Amino acid sequence: MEQFLSALPATLIQGLIYALISLGVYITYSILDFPDLGVDGTFPLGAAVTAVLLTKGVSPWLTLPIAMGVGALAGLFTGFIHVRLKVRDLLAGIITMTALFSLNLQIAGSNLTIERSTDTIFSSRAVLALCGDMTLTGRKILVSLVLVLAVKLGMDAYLRTKSGLLLRAVGDNASLVTTLAMDRGRMKILGLAISNALVALAGCIVCHESRSFSATMGTGQLVYGLAAVIIGISLAHAWSGSMERLTSCRKGLLRVLTHPAGTTAVIVGSILYKTCIQAAMSMGVPANMMKLVTALLFLLVLVLSGRKGEEIIRA
Amino acid sequence: MLELQNITKIYHPGSATEHRLFEGFSLTVPDGQFVSIVGSNGSGKTSLLNILCGSIGVEGGDVLVDGESIRKKKEFQRYASMGRVYQDPGLGTAPNLTMLENLSLADNKGKPFGLSRGVNRKRLDFYRAELSALGLGLEDKLDVKMGALSGGQRQAVALLMATLTPLRFLILDEHTAALDPKTAGIIMELTGKVIREKGLTALMVTHNLRYAVEYGDRLLMLNQGHVVMDRAGEEKAKTSIDEVMETFNRIALETGA
Repeated sequence: MEQFLSALPATLIQGLIYALISLGVYITYSILDFPDLGVDGTFPLGAAVTAVLLTKGVSPWLTLPIAMGVGALAGLFTGFIHVRLKVRDLLAGIITMTALFSLNLQIAGSNLTIERSTDTIFSSRAVLALCGDMTLTGRKILVSLVLVLAVKLGMDAYLRTKSGLLLRAVGDNASLVTTLAMDRGRMKILGLAISNALVALAGCIVCHESRSFSATMGTGQLVYGLAAVIIGISLAHAWSGSMERLTSCRKGLLRVLTHPAGTTAVIVGSILYKTCIQAAMSMGVPANMMKLVTALLFLLVLVLSGRKGEEIIRA
Repeated sequence: MLELQNITKIYHPGSATEHRLFEGFSLTVPDGQFVSIVGSNGSGKTSLLNILCGSIGVEGGDVLVDGESIRKKKEFQRYASMGRVYQDPGLGTAPNLTMLENLSLADNKGKPFGLSRGVNRKRLDFYRAELSALGLGLEDKLDVKMGALSGGQRQAVALLMATLTPLRFLILDEHTAALDPKTAGIIMELTGKVIREKGLTALMVTHNLRYAVEYGDRLLMLNQGHVVMDRAGEEKAKTSIDEVMETFNRIALETGA
């Protein structure tokens, strides 16, 4: 228990950073109805690019947009394989994932560690100037929180635009999009690009946080993202259901609390999932068993939520 | 003017189940004509619509609009001037989006889907007016998800969405077949009204011979890829449902279809 509590700040940081994966998976899996296995390759891609840039002395903040750009390219690639070359969605993702494994090693050369003397976003001059009297852990929590909230608000805003509405329609009813004289394939590619940009951003920030890149760090990240999405959306569903019975307020500010947005739900899901994994680890499960714990917890979530991954409520 | 010229459509070409549906099939639909198409299963009604819309390819022949070929145009490009309502009420609307979001999407057809606000509140009154004209009490349900509405309500909204922006051709693919008789009647009335008011060129596939006789100014009966009855104008107006039924049954007996 003591170990679990002392690890809580670290767990919160992880939950927040990895929430970026679940936000990305939310776009492909929940909105587009596209199980994108490419995530397992894009996450380390973001980290590999970041590790190389940091060791080359590039400004830490600059690594964020660059990682996102590279991630978006990976998403474009998956989308191109699926939409233009007409390869099945699962296989398109697997091809990207497999190709990226080699590419990531090619980019980074090998597993990389970033020296203590190199500045990360958490120790960059701007952050130190603003909150220099905080501990490193405090700064990590604050910076991750700000980044995740910024991404969440950006996504919420995008999903309310015309383009965002059309993206949601593609996953919901693709033939409608065709009859609107729009190319649904292009929208799918766009969605994959946005999703993979976010996943690569997660890889980038994890690299800043852990000061390392490893070729195998991508394994199981799609499962992580899916689990966080399903936990978050299921809980949000139950929550808004019980809130509806309690209050009759369906409009205004209170609605934000009683009917949380899908993006909020997914972030909460990520933090909860990391906490569950951390709890299991602090009960004495060896570190090598972490992916097994991740997988078994995911299975538990699927069974408990009664969804079995088939029917995710699209928010 | 919409033309099918010398269309050849072969399903599963080269295999044991090869089926030659159309061979040298031609059809011309002048502007403003409302064509009802009937025929038994496998007669080629829906294939005909799918060929027009580009949902399926053809092995030969051409599809023309105003004399210009649209055969190379992709399906989504053809819908720039076409609207389509399907048999399945679920296909015309997005079930997890609200009715307002659905209407906003349809309202933006033909314009770019950029980063401006998806839902334009200034159009609310227009949507409400259009919905109340349907007479189904839908004008108060703008914030309800489409999936929560009944099949008839969804089909009415699908029809409204398909015809919300300016269009020339309306394609109706057995769009009343999944509805109960009363709702089907309402949807048919709405269909007739919108085609008349907007002066659309319409092709309607239906299994309901009564609708085919009552609505439209041309009646087409297909059987195994051939036109077996084609009545337009005065001649169509004089055609009785008994006559259509008689022809339909005779052909069914002759061909075993």
